[in-house]
Amino acid sequence: MGQLQPLEGNLAVAEAMRQINPDVVAAYPITPSTEIVQTFANFVADGEVDTNYVAVESEHSAMSACTAAAAAGGRVMNVTSANGLALMWEILYITASFRQPVILTVVNRALSGNINIHCDHSDTMGTRDAGWIQLYSENVQECYDNLIQAVAIGERMDVRLPVMSCLDGFLVSHSYEMLEVEDDEAVREWIGPYKPNEPLLDVENPYTMGPIDLYDYYIEHKYSQWQAYPAAKQAVIEEGKRFGETFGREYGLMETLGLDDADIAVVAMSSAAGTAKDVVDKLRDEGVKAGLLKLRCFRPFPGEEIAAALAGCKAVCVMDRAASFGAGSGPLFHEIAAAMYTGGQTVPINNVIYGLGGRTVKPADIESVYRGLMEIADTGKVEQVCTWLSVRE
Amino acid sequence: MANLTEVRWHGRGGQGAKTAGYVLAIAAAGQGWNVQAFPEYGAERRGAPMRSYVRISDAPIRLRSSIDNPDIVVVLDSSLLETENVTDGLADGGLIIINTDKSPDEIRQELANPNVELCTVDASAISVDTIGREMPNTPMLGALAKVSDVLDLETTLKAVEKQLSEKLPPAVVEGNKQAIQRAYEEVQVA
Repeated sequence: MGQLQPLEGNLAVAEAMRQINPDVVAAYPITPSTEIVQTFANFVADGEVDTNYVAVESEHSAMSACTAAAAAGGRVMNVTSANGLALMWEILYITASFRQPVILTVVNRALSGNINIHCDHSDTMGTRDAGWIQLYSENVQECYDNLIQAVAIGERMDVRLPVMSCLDGFLVSHSYEMLEVEDDEAVREWIGPYKPNEPLLDVENPYTMGPIDLYDYYIEHKYSQWQAYPAAKQAVIEEGKRFGETFGREYGLMETLGLDDADIAVVAMSSAAGTAKDVVDKLRDEGVKAGLLKLRCFRPFPGEEIAAALAGCKAVCVMDRAASFGAGSGPLFHEIAAAMYTGGQTVPINNVIYGLGGRTVKPADIESVYRGLMEIADTGKVEQVCTWLSVRE
Repeated sequence: MANLTEVRWHGRGGQGAKTAGYVLAIAAAGQGWNVQAFPEYGAERRGAPMRSYVRISDAPIRLRSSIDNPDIVVVLDSSLLETENVTDGLADGGLIIINTDKSPDEIRQELANPNVELCTVDASAISVDTIGREMPNTPMLGALAKVSDVLDLETTLKAVEKQLSEKLPPAVVEGNKQAIQRAYEEVQVA
């Protein structure tokens, strides 16, 4: 049986890492995820885990060491935020191309400039094409549960891809909340022992990773990587269901509230979705048919599932906690708009960019988004595709 | 409707408003409540004004914005009254506890909204006596335990012991517990 206890988000992540007991962690601490690395380093020093902890001189080295350790045949985890993730950029693509299931917790933080330590999703959205699976958490319970599931998803033999488990900086990483922490043995049994796939340290069966690969084969290798993502999507669904069967908390690609009969709906990720749930309840009490789609799995992107879930709405707004400069709207909006269009949907859709650099998002802010949708539902017209929420001009 | 209590702590970096919020949440969790506690600050800078927030509810807490309309305000440093409106969003009759050597009557006129339930306690002096240095956060929890119904003294002492024992030696933990006990006895209610 698990134990219900209050824990801070960062400590819940460190606790999950202790239970997972990876072979290698090579991390370079950065705010607001420092406490995870610090706490886990204590577990290593106190002999509570068997992990080989590698102190490195940068995030570029951290992800290089992690990718190499995974290629050698180990279960590998890492932690970072914002500029740290940006410095890993080059290696992120290599981890995914090597099909190594490195598990990276990202505590979401705004990318410079100017320098800001607070939450937005510009860091992980910037890595969306690198080939990593990405799961986003609303609260402390979810960041604990998602990290455990990340291991099972990434390590499946039909997937073998790295996974980012993302939580909102400060809003969740520094929040004390009640959560159910499962027993060590139950967690270890649920994820199972690590099974290396063609490890480099298997000297009886020599294997090469990352050689030069030019126009004669490169595109075939990329196409073979491309084909892993439908299986990864299926794995997110199946492992979420299996997690629910064992621990009682089931997960899917997304979570919905009131979508079955909603006239207007908002799409959001992470902690803002929690606030949006309160707003949906308030609007429902007033007789407004409001709904929410909280996207948990951004990569692989479940475009067909999202388009189907939003099909009955009269107006939809996608909330982006990141801007895509020069694109005219946010990254989540682009993909959902494309999925709706290719899915034959003609639901009017707009976009708000909110919460950059940790700007708080209040229930009244989200309510104003729904009020805007009520107008669009009436007129069928989107006057402005993208607006910035509660921003001073 | 859910029974939700929102507490806002005002302090300066290094005074322990974050830890106090955490301990309050842990204590309330120990009494069976759902809790959420998180700090709001710029970069971590000693001496800079910062806030921390605590939500305590009988229902799961989904709301995650900063607290604009607190039920209770706790002020760790009375010099903040000169630069911040600590009563901002606090309803008339709302509870505010201030760390000061003044009585409620002496300090009331320094508040932007004086029509509040005002309590004072000299948490700085208490902490110097019991802990050996100025650390007003834990005594303020003792005062809060006395004048609010969100937590009781025994659970507060247990939560402080649990939270502080991981980082501090036993003598310092004991000093913090004495500080809570003294503030519990010495808090002045207007």
